[in-house]
Amino acid sequence: MNAADKKRVLREMLFARRFEERCYEAYVERKIGGFLHLYPGQEACAIGVMEAARPGHDYVITGYRDHIHAIKCGCDPKAVMAELYARETGCSKGRGGSMHIFDVEHHFMGGYALVGGPFPLAAGMAKAIKMKGGDEIAICFLGDAANNQGTFHETLNMASVWNLPVLFICENNLYGIGTATHRSTAVTEQYKRACSYGIESSQTDGQDIDQVYAAAKVAVDFVRSGQGPYFLELCTYRYRGHSMSDSGAYRTKEEVEEWGKRDPIVILRDRLVESGELTLDDYQAMDKEIFAEIENDIIPYAENSPEPKVEELEKYVLAENDPYVKGGVR
Amino acid sequence: MAEIMYWEAIRRAHDEEMARDPLVIAMGEDIGVAGGTYKATKGLYDKYGPERVIDTPISENSFTGLGIGASFLGVRPIIELMSVNFAWLAMDQIFNSAAKVRYMSGGQLTAPVVIRSPGGTAHQLGAQHSARMEKVFMGIAGLRVVTPSSPKQAYGLLKSAVRCNDPVFINEHELMYNMKGEVPDGEYFHPLEGSEVTRQGRDVTLFGYNISVHWSMQAAEILSKQHGIEAEVVDLYSLSPLDRAGICESVSKTHRAVIVEEAEAPVGVGAEVMAIINEECFFELDAAPVRVSAKMVPTPFNHTLEKASIPNAKDVVAAVLKMISGK
Ligand SMILES: Cc1ncc(C[n+]2csc(CCOP(=O)(O)OP(=O)(O)O)c2C)c(N)n1
Ligand SMILES: [Mg+2]
Repeated sequence: MNAADKKRVLREMLFARRFEERCYEAYVERKIGGFLHLYPGQEACAIGVMEAARPGHDYVITGYRDHIHAIKCGCDPKAVMAELYARETGCSKGRGGSMHIFDVEHHFMGGYALVGGPFPLAAGMAKAIKMKGGDEIAICFLGDAANNQGTFHETLNMASVWNLPVLFICENNLYGIGTATHRSTAVTEQYKRACSYGIESSQTDGQDIDQVYAAAKVAVDFVRSGQGPYFLELCTYRYRGHSMSDSGAYRTKEEVEEWGKRDPIVILRDRLVESGELTLDDYQAMDKEIFAEIENDIIPYAENSPEPKVEELEKYVLAENDPYVKGGVR
Repeated sequence: MAEIMYWEAIRRAHDEEMARDPLVIAMGEDIGVAGGTYKATKGLYDKYGPERVIDTPISENSFTGLGIGASFLGVRPIIELMSVNFAWLAMDQIFNSAAKVRYMSGGQLTAPVVIRSPGGTAHQLGAQHSARMEKVFMGIAGLRVVTPSSPKQAYGLLKSAVRCNDPVFINEHELMYNMKGEVPDGEYFHPLEGSEVTRQGRDVTLFGYNISVHWSMQAAEILSKQHGIEAEVVDLYSLSPLDRAGICESVSKTHRAVIVEEAEAPVGVGAEVMAIINEECFFELDAAPVRVSAKMVPTPFNHTLEKASIPNAKDVVAAVLKMISGK
């Protein structure tokens, strides 16, 4: 990443932070319902990895903490917010919600709520890519706790046996809801678990986007060059509770403070200020601009969008007018 | 029209679809080099190679999910689950991914996979290999469920299922793979929805599906020859959606309904057909509909007990006689 790239990703991370904080407010105001899992603290993971990959080209899939992954792939933040507001203009037409953001045009293949569910789906997309001879790769972002699902083991095994172009990104934030990883997991360094399946893997600091980018570049190049799957563990932390219904009380104040000192946005900002590529005034201006975009464009778009029509409740269950359903095809 | 076996019909549909479209693949345990437990993919490994005829590890949920993920990008997987008793392990991906993705994505993404799997009581396979599971699949929004009763249907339903843009579950039967029947020589696409009148009658309708169509046909012959009762037999090859209009039409003609199912009665096909009759044509009935179903037991190993746990043609005859003459 050159200086301009770094300023851009700083803005993207700051945007992600402000976007998620605004979701929090909207949730408290009861404008957003359902489950809401926010991303503050982990911004360098999705943004750093996708910076090294090809957003909109590579196929990305993840869990329920999915807003920022979708936006980084190219999904319009207005459509994401409208989805959270359950509107017809939402990227999933108000049928999905926070956990089910989809933007297939930008190859963001969805957020899924079943922990571990996306593992095989990602490998399947990789299988399709391989069959069709494309140069895309499939990228699967999931948490540390997802690696205790059978799908992790089953999928890594198949991806390795069939040499599939799939990159597994583990965002290890040390918890699965309120259960600390060391209390649920025998081998807590997640990247070590991939060796059971003969899969190349590594671990890196998920708070420093330069390091995420460098590690992801190696991983992406490895997968894209046809050498098979790769597993990259990013050591990170979420600053808020697991979801809106979780205060995070199971974590010590000291631990939260320690990780607070390693804020991915602050790390990059300070580095750019130190090297003279950015001033704090630039940063403030950036923040203001983001605030204005969210308040003037994104929120009004979501608020003023129509809700889905009840008459269309049963649309999108099955294909419409599929010729093989009623018969008569010769 | 050639007479071929049920397994040959399934194999032929695979072969034709794979020859036509390089994105059609077959996946499952022992379906490749070994040719498939039911021979449904026999010879295809040699013809299409390991990239398209895939011997999977024993990881039902994840290889099903892998097929679903591949279908997101235009691949058309035909997935064989060795037994519906093992399909429980794949329920997460079938239910949470394949069936819901179109809806959750607001119509952006579809999972056009075909999942084939046999259920049912065969030859003393024991409780963990003999159960039926169609009642579970037919309650899932976003999933089509069909169940062929003949080689012709086995061929034509698979052909349509591969081409259809919805996920389709095809419920086969352990005992039926060697059944013979006529299949059109040319390509044939069986509609995925609807029902078929297999035998015309005026006195009572026997609703069956898959193997119970055959029990119903045997029962209808006995009823006709020995009791002068003309039963209509309706084949509900589409379990989801069920053919409400077809069910109604037959009941409106015969005014009596017996539903024959190999599965246990609760929350089953019979219960659902009765509900449809109630909702659509209750006042056409001359008698309360009845179900002929399996007993609520895990399938026993002992042959006599095994047979006693599921219905047969005699049970159907008895149910009809009781309904008509009150005996
Ligand atoms: C199959 C399944 N089991 C349980 C849950 C409830 N649940 C939601 S998120 C979560 C923790 C997952 O933690 P991790 O994979 O580390 O991701 P993180 O939330 O930390 O990003 C659990 C248990 C679920 N959604 N799906
Ligand atoms: Mg976690």
